[in-house]
This record gives sequence, structure tokens and C-alpha cells, in this order.
Amino acid sequence: MECKNSKDINLEELKKQRVRLHESSFEPKEIYRGYADRSLYINLTNNEVKVKEISSDMKEKFTGGRGYGMKYLWDAVNPNTRWDSPENEIIIAQGPIGGITQYPGSGKSYVVTVSPLTGLPVDSNVGGFFGPLCKFCGFDALEIQGKAENDVVIFIDGDNNKVIIEEAPGECTNSHILAKTLTAMYADSEEDKMNVSVVSAGLGAEHTRFGILNFSHYDLRRKECKLKQAGRGGIGTVFRNKKIKAIVVKRSGIKGDLNNPHDLDTIIKLGIKLHREIYENDTKQCWMRVHGTTQLVDAMNAHDLLPVNNFQFGEHPEAPKIGKNSFEKIFDRSNVDGCWYGCTLQCAHGITGLEIKTGPYKGQKIFTDGSEYETLAGCGSNCGVFDPYQVSETNFYCDTYGIDTISFGTTVGFVMECYNRGIIDKEVTQGLDLDFGNWEAQMELMHQMARGEGFGMIVGQGIHRLKKLFVDKYGADKEFLHDIGMEVKGLEFSEYISKESLAQQAGYGTANKGPQHDENWLIFMDMVRNQIPTFEDKAEALFYYPLFRTWFSIMGLCKLPWNDIMPSDNHLTDEPAKVPEHVENYIALYTAVTGNDFSEEEMLRQSEKVYNLQKVFCLKMGKGLREYDYIPYRAMGPVTVEEYESRSERYDKHLKELVKIDPDGMTVEEKIKELRKYREAQYQTLLDVVYKRRGWTKNAIPTLERLKDLGIDYPDVVDVVKRFL
Amino acid sequence: MKIVATKPELCIGCKACEEACVKVLFKDTDTEKSAIVITELGDDKFDINVCNQCGECIEICPAQAIYRNKNGVVMIDGDKCVHCYACAGFCPTLSMRYHKEITGPFKCIACGACTRACPTGAIYMEEV
Repeated sequence: MECKNSKDINLEELKKQRVRLHESSFEPKEIYRGYADRSLYINLTNNEVKVKEISSDMKEKFTGGRGYGMKYLWDAVNPNTRWDSPENEIIIAQGPIGGITQYPGSGKSYVVTVSPLTGLPVDSNVGGFFGPLCKFCGFDALEIQGKAENDVVIFIDGDNNKVIIEEAPGECTNSHILAKTLTAMYADSEEDKMNVSVVSAGLGAEHTRFGILNFSHYDLRRKECKLKQAGRGGIGTVFRNKKIKAIVVKRSGIKGDLNNPHDLDTIIKLGIKLHREIYENDTKQCWMRVHGTTQLVDAMNAHDLLPVNNFQFGEHPEAPKIGKNSFEKIFDRSNVDGCWYGCTLQCAHGITGLEIKTGPYKGQKIFTDGSEYETLAGCGSNCGVFDPYQVSETNFYCDTYGIDTISFGTTVGFVMECYNRGIIDKEVTQGLDLDFGNWEAQMELMHQMARGEGFGMIVGQGIHRLKKLFVDKYGADKEFLHDIGMEVKGLEFSEYISKESLAQQAGYGTANKGPQHDENWLIFMDMVRNQIPTFEDKAEALFYYPLFRTWFSIMGLCKLPWNDIMPSDNHLTDEPAKVPEHVENYIALYTAVTGNDFSEEEMLRQSEKVYNLQKVFCLKMGKGLREYDYIPYRAMGPVTVEEYESRSERYDKHLKELVKIDPDGMTVEEKIKELRKYREAQYQTLLDVVYKRRGWTKNAIPTLERLKDLGIDYPDVVDVVKRFL
Repeated sequence: MKIVATKPELCIGCKACEEACVKVLFKDTDTEKSAIVITELGDDKFDINVCNQCGECIEICPAQAIYRNKNGVVMIDGDKCVHCYACAGFCPTLSMRYHKEITGPFKCIACGACTRACPTGAIYMEEV
């Protein structure tokens, strides 16, 4: 259902169209030391709703957040489950620290499902108020299974302890209107809107495999709903396939002690300390409060790391146009741009009055949250688009249609290169001139995705399926498409050039869900600062950082306040990349919330249980072995003559110094071949060392000893692993 | 708008101001809960830290719990406050207070009790 403008909406008319399918009450439950110890299960096939107790074993082994999501999903699905099978679940979970208001970055939700892109369990993190409000309704996790017959809205009413499921045919599906509509519908007053949060997708999520979920929170100053995205892996596609139009939560009376922590005093002191650090250091370090993540466009461009024209190149003279200086002028910054109470880091800002030039909202002036780095790089430079207003419109439509800006940008970049090289033509694109830089054509693809028609709908299936289509139907060179199609396991790459960082290549390749940087971001450590020169150093980083970063996902925390702001003396510490003082903060926070003694070693061990379960889960779903960790060669080095020649000095030097070959007299093609042989061998060697460090076999299978040591050697886990050993 | 103005060179460190402050704010005698804070710097010199009502905390509050009252004094609405303490970290003069026995941040309300208790005129109410 599409509608033109939120001003046209009549709430009473919409309410009249509702058909109630379920209403039930639940017992209120206070949180104790960060946990409610129960979850809310909803089955949309039969409208069954039940409150489930969370066992002490589950709590001990999987901690919360993504850990709970993975375990619930593991229990719910079998190897034949596909993303659109009714038994597939969407789990939205918080962690024990999530919801505290004092420490910046403590409002994250973690969403887990079987991905339409990869067929694997995918996890995606998201801000917005939904997670904390849901937790304070008395639930550590929300578990949704089954499929509704018609579009439904699920309402979790934490003020009256009720769950209501209603058919909702009237509401607009697109998120910027739907979130505003439902926030107004369920709030009692303007101020009460802050107590309401909406999870929604959009029309684009219905017709593509890379649908997202938007999590809203109301901005009292702008009087707008801000939207944060659980972007990766197509969770929004599953959401719309289950015919969920929205999930709404309401919980009033938010205060800083609702987690009922063991030691509130310590939490507040740690929070004030970090607020002060941000106050003093933001404009000396990352400038998040001013530029958001747009400053990364300039930083990546300066280091030859910004994807340009489908990851062919790492810099472009026009890149600053979509960087920090442009957005400093375009953003209407507010001092409260955090996505949960108390996040003063404020990584994203908004644009008010953006005039829309295309599609159903053409001519309207809208508010949009962002743009952020990944969108600017993916939908901007990677597609040859360097106009900040155009990319901001792409960002707006991706969000409201429920489309992942990363998968969209990476996929369209791939399609543009195929068009550019004559692999596909206008007959295939159904008339669209998909040259790099043609923003209007890019937007038409997106509107087609929302309408479920044309070449846009085909592109919306993602690179993995496009490669097969272009080879099978249009006679494309399979090997070349494999080299330039930036996907692993079916998921599109996030927006960093990894050609000169072997550690980042393996970080992308070995990431459980596919090539997303939230598991590893090692480029600066590896390439720029040369802090991890040996295979062993790299493997240690590829052991530590995925586990350290996983820990945020089981706690309900955001990664950014860990290292996008740092103590002034961080550079004097033994391991500045780890930001040791902040690691100490997190250890103290965990103890202060839960009352449990804690250490860095235990932190990694908590993560390792979840990480290894997810790895075995990938095996269970058929894509967990070493062969699925291979990456397209463009992520390792130059595929084409143009790429080589754009950095011939660097590559010639590598041939001389590393490969021990004199490039003089060799053709570019010969040089590419020799460099490739060397780099691919390096990658394979690194995989061996990484797997060993992680306690896995050479074929990337966790050993039975490792699983036993971690205490996750459940019979059904062991059965899966035994099949591959 | 009246604020508590300071002349630290006149301060003798008697802390009568702190005692007067906690009595008004919390009917208490624990000067750790005072909104005005005297710190000894050595050599009989003292720092006087108290809110100057600049209002930067109003903008940083995510719950819009901080406001200027009709007299221009920056106040905290305890019902709206979500206890994030962003105001405490972002106060330019570090004059927003926290004490573990007090729920939520607190600050000088420019009542003038401290200035009346000061024996030397080191603090006084000033119209700005």
C-alpha cells in the first residue's frame, strides 16, 4: 500500500479498517541485573502468543542479543529451511547492558533470521528505541515465526501489558510514512511519542532479497520519526514475506535504573567520563558530532580505500563532493542526534527539507536521517555518483522502501560495470542506460524494485543470482563475473577496498554472515599502520577482533563509542588499536550491570560460544566450509588492465619486492597473472593460520574438542559437525 | 537573570556555602551533595565551581527535561529526566552534579542561599 503524504492520513479511518486477530495479556516483569529472563514468542500462522522463560543454560552459553537470536533460530529451523519457510524466524533481541541510558551506544538491537541472500543465519544490528522499550516491557527477545495471511501490525503494549495483533490493510507500507502514522496512532500526546517505536520495512523489501528493517524513534525537537536500519542480509524481505507491516512497542516512564543494575553508581561514573571524553575530543578526533560518518568518505579516498565504479578504484577527484565538507552544510545537526538516550557520540545527522526529484514523492520536501558513509560510498562513488543531494535522495528512498543501501549500491555498481563492458545491453536492462554516474537510471532501478517490475526487480535479487543469470542467459564469462562480482556467500561487500590489506580480505572472507565489516575492520592496522605484518599477527587480529566485536552484539551495545572516540592518551598505551581504557570500561560496565566478576578473557569466551554456534549453523545450512570463504579476486588485487595501470607503480613494486619477479618487459596481463598467483597463495596461507588460531580444521570446521571446551557440544551441534569431519 | 557570581580571591574555604546549599536542595548536611563546590588549590587559594546558567545543557538533553524558568534559571524537570547524565559530561564548567544518593543530575538553582552564608563576599548574586 503506497500513499503520497503523511499529512493526508486519517488515523480514525485507518483504525476502522483494522481487524483484531489476537489480544492477550502478560504478567509484568521487572528487569533484574540487566535481564528479564523471558522472551515473547509470536506465531503469525495461528496467532499463538506466549511468554517463554529463558533457561539458565541459554543465559550462560549465549548471553543475550545476537546470542539469543542465533540459539532460537538454531532451534527453529532445519537444513531445508529457506528464508521464506514458515518456520524461519525473525528474532529481535537486546543484551544485558542494552537500555542503560548513561553510557553512549547502549541502545542497540540485534536481529537474526535466515537470509534470502545467503540462506545462512544473518545478524544485523540497529539503533532506535525499539529494543530498549521492548526489553523494559519485560522481554529480552522477541521471536516471530509463521506467516500471516494478510498484512498485520503487532502491538506490544508495555504500559498495559498486552499483545495485540491486527490486520492493517490501510496503512502505507513505506517506512517514512508508516513510522510517523503508527507513532501518532499509539501515542497519547506529542511527548508520549518518544515512548513509541515502530519496526517496519517498505515496498522495496517485498520485491528484492535485500530488504531492511527500519527501527524508529521520535525526535521531539524536529517532530519527526528518525529511522535506523537493520540493513544487512534481507531481514526486511523476510518481514514482508511474513506479512508483517509493522511491529509497534510502547513503554512509558523510561529512567536510568530500569535495568535494575548491581552497581548504578559505577555505570553513571563511567557514563559521565565518556560523555566528557566525547565533549573534549570529538573535534580533535573523528568529528562525529559534526560530520557523522561522512568524514570517512574523505579518509577512505585519501588512502585509496573508497570503492569507485564497482570497486575498480580506490579514489576519485570528485569524492570530496560527497564528503564531510558538503554534509557539514547540508545536515541540520541537533545536539540530540543519538539513537538512544545518552548517546552523545551522534554518528548520524539529518537533513530537513530535502527536495525529492524522482518517484512517488517527487516535489515533496522531506526529512531524512543520514546520509552515512556506507550509503555515500555504495550508492555514490561505487556507482560513479558524486552529488550529495542525489545520494541523499537515494538514501531516503532506500530507507523508506526498505532496501539495504550497501547491497543496493554494490549490486548496482556491478550491473553498471557489466553494462559498461557490454556484458549486458539495453535489451537486458529494458531500456535503462546504466552508465556509471547515471543517477536517474539508478533511481529508476530502485523505483522498479518498489513497484516489483522491470530490470530493477531482477537487480534486486543481488549479485550472486545476477552472475548466474548473466552467464546462463546472456553468455557472460563466468570467471570474469566471479572476479568482479563483489559478493561472498551471497551477500554483497560493504564499502571498503581491501586489495592492499590481506587481513581485511580474510576478514571479509571468513565473516560468518558474509562480507560485512562489523566483524573485522583491519585495513588501517594492517595496511596503513603496518601493525600486524606476519601471518601470525594477522591471524591473531582475525581471532581477537571478531570476538571482541561480537561481544557488542551479545550485550546490546554499539561498537562506535569503543574506537571512534578515544582517551587523549590512548596512543601511549601498549595496544592503541584495542583502546585499552575503553575495554576496561566495558568490563566494568558488565560487572556493574550483572554483578558478575569479569575479565577480557571471559569477554572473548562469551563471544566465542556464540561465534562458533553461528559457524556450525552455517555448516548446518550448507555453506560453512572453507570454499565458501573465498573472495572475488577484485577484493584481492587488480582484475583488469585499467585497474593495474591505475596503480602500476605500486603493483610493479610488489612484483619486484614480494613476488621477486622483474616486471620490466612483461605485458600488463602477465603482470596481473603473476601478482594474482602470489596474492591468492597468500590468502590461502592466511586462511590456514586463521582457522588454526580459531580452533578449526583446515576446512573451517570447529573441532569437537573446541565445541566441548566452549560448552556448546549439544548433541544436535555435534551431529552437524561430525558430518563434515 | 541572576546568577551566583564569584570572587575566588576572597574565598577562605570555610564551605559555609556548601552547607547552605545542601540544606536548601536536600535538607541534608552532606556537603558532597552541594551544587556549589569549593576546592582547595594550595597556598590558601580556592576554586569556586558553580553553574553560570549558560544553558548549554538544555540543548544536550535528549528528553527535553532541562529548561529555563521564568527567571532565566536553568532547571531540571525530574519527571522528564532519563538520567543519562549527558548534561554532566557536556557542561562547559563541569557544574552539573551527580551523587549516588540523589536520583538524577542536579545543579545550582540560583536561590542565593550560599551567597547569604558566605562571610567574605566571595560569592554574590549578580544580574546578567
